[in-house]
Amino acid sequence: MSSRDPLLPDGRILRHDNRERIVHWTVAIAFIFLFLSGLAMFSPFFFWLSLLFGGGQLMRLLHPFCGVALAVLFSAYAWPLRRDNRWTDADSDWVRSMFRYMRKEANELAGTGKYNAGQKLMYWSMVPIIAILFLTGVVMWQPYFAPAFPAALRRVAGLLHAATAFVMFVGIGVHWYAAYWTKGSVRAMVRGTVSQAWARFHYPRWYRDVTGKDP
Amino acid sequence: MALDTQDIRARSATPSSFPSARSFQPEVSKLIDLSRCIGCKACQSACMEWNNLRDLVGNFDGSYTNPPDLNDQSWTVMKFHETEIDGHFAWLIMKDGCLHCAEPGCLKACPSPGAIVQYQNGIVDFQQDQCIGCGYCIAGCPFNIPRLRREDSRVYKCTLCSDRVGVGLEPACIKACPTQALSFGSRAEMLLQAEHRLTDLQERGFTQAAVYNPAGVGGTHVLFVLPHGDRPEAYGLPRDPRIGPLLALWRSTLARSLGVLTMFSVLVAGVLHYMRYGPLEVPEEESGKKDEAKP
Repeated sequence: MSSRDPLLPDGRILRHDNRERIVHWTVAIAFIFLFLSGLAMFSPFFFWLSLLFGGGQLMRLLHPFCGVALAVLFSAYAWPLRRDNRWTDADSDWVRSMFRYMRKEANELAGTGKYNAGQKLMYWSMVPIIAILFLTGVVMWQPYFAPAFPAALRRVAGLLHAATAFVMFVGIGVHWYAAYWTKGSVRAMVRGTVSQAWARFHYPRWYRDVTGKDP
Repeated sequence: MALDTQDIRARSATPSSFPSARSFQPEVSKLIDLSRCIGCKACQSACMEWNNLRDLVGNFDGSYTNPPDLNDQSWTVMKFHETEIDGHFAWLIMKDGCLHCAEPGCLKACPSPGAIVQYQNGIVDFQQDQCIGCGYCIAGCPFNIPRLRREDSRVYKCTLCSDRVGVGLEPACIKACPTQALSFGSRAEMLLQAEHRLTDLQERGFTQAAVYNPAGVGGTHVLFVLPHGDRPEAYGLPRDPRIGPLLALWRSTLARSLGVLTMFSVLVAGVLHYMRYGPLEVPEEESGKKDEAKP
């Protein structure tokens, strides 16, 4: 957590500090690499993607190392954010009005803090998903770890790895779309700051905590 | 590069049909009659010689089996199993190596196009230049045959001397066998010969003798005559080898289609939602209300 006052002298609010943004985008790059190379190994229809990574051999070699990088970087990203992602009663209310929110019939609830319930669901779903991908990936990792596990377990790991990867894709797909849909959030993750109006509209309780003003 | 003289029946990670101008070629099989095997390892030596392999001289570990297991330099290994059958000690000699399944789990598991091919004559061959070293074939093999070479991350196994068979020769191990424990020919001939051997064995009192040609993998192009056919495990052979539902599902067209459908659905849902509802923006009156900064 940054000890800096998030309310900046120019009136804007710091939402994601430098460290957080750098780690976020590194995780994003690792995800894209892993997803494209994983897709190439999952289905022959996409094997041509291996050309992006210098051919099948190099792609297969790099994929697990990149996976470890993602798991480590994601942990570094997620750990400091665990308090902001704690589930509250307001979040349960948010989930109940989720579809109205998606239809733009309901505004963000007054109790929404730095992250809304949708973002928290994303956060908490990625924790087990990445853990499963990491563990099943280790079981399949040739030539270092796979020989230590029986073939039957490696078959289970292969299936679970692929299935979980698609669940992750759905999660990241929703994440990407939500970022595109919610104007200003991509800028927030790129530049780090948001306007007070944006903070007030999307995250009323966070706005109040940062500025001391009522939304 | 697959052999040009052999048509291809199946090719890993390649969902299309293959040239079949020479599909008249009969399926071949190797018959291993373990009742005639004396464990001389001539086949093991011939295999290394023909395939130009250099395995290490191993250590003695209490058994004639050397090297202790298949590896990237030994594609066939004589295994000497010590066991007890009907209260008597039995020394079972077994020639271990690829069985060339009609429905190969390795080929089904392989994600790299053309790294594993099955020729029209039934031989399953690895093309190491296409191999990406993922080891899926090892997980997919019901017989635990393929071996990954650490130095180059490629997988190796018995080729059934596809290069010799392709030009009308018999595999090197067959050539070397001094007791006719090994035979090679068309599959139909070999199945017939196996039945004859079985009759002989049964007359000699091996009432449980059987031909090992497991149906779970569609039959194999390496057939065994087992004197103790009721106990394939005693020879290190699985009783009922199968590709198994997990691998079949993981590498299935269904799973691949579901994956693509999932990705496509996310894309379509996003496009439709945006078209119907438009972006979520901070309302103008909100922007101008309490502070001066723009979003």
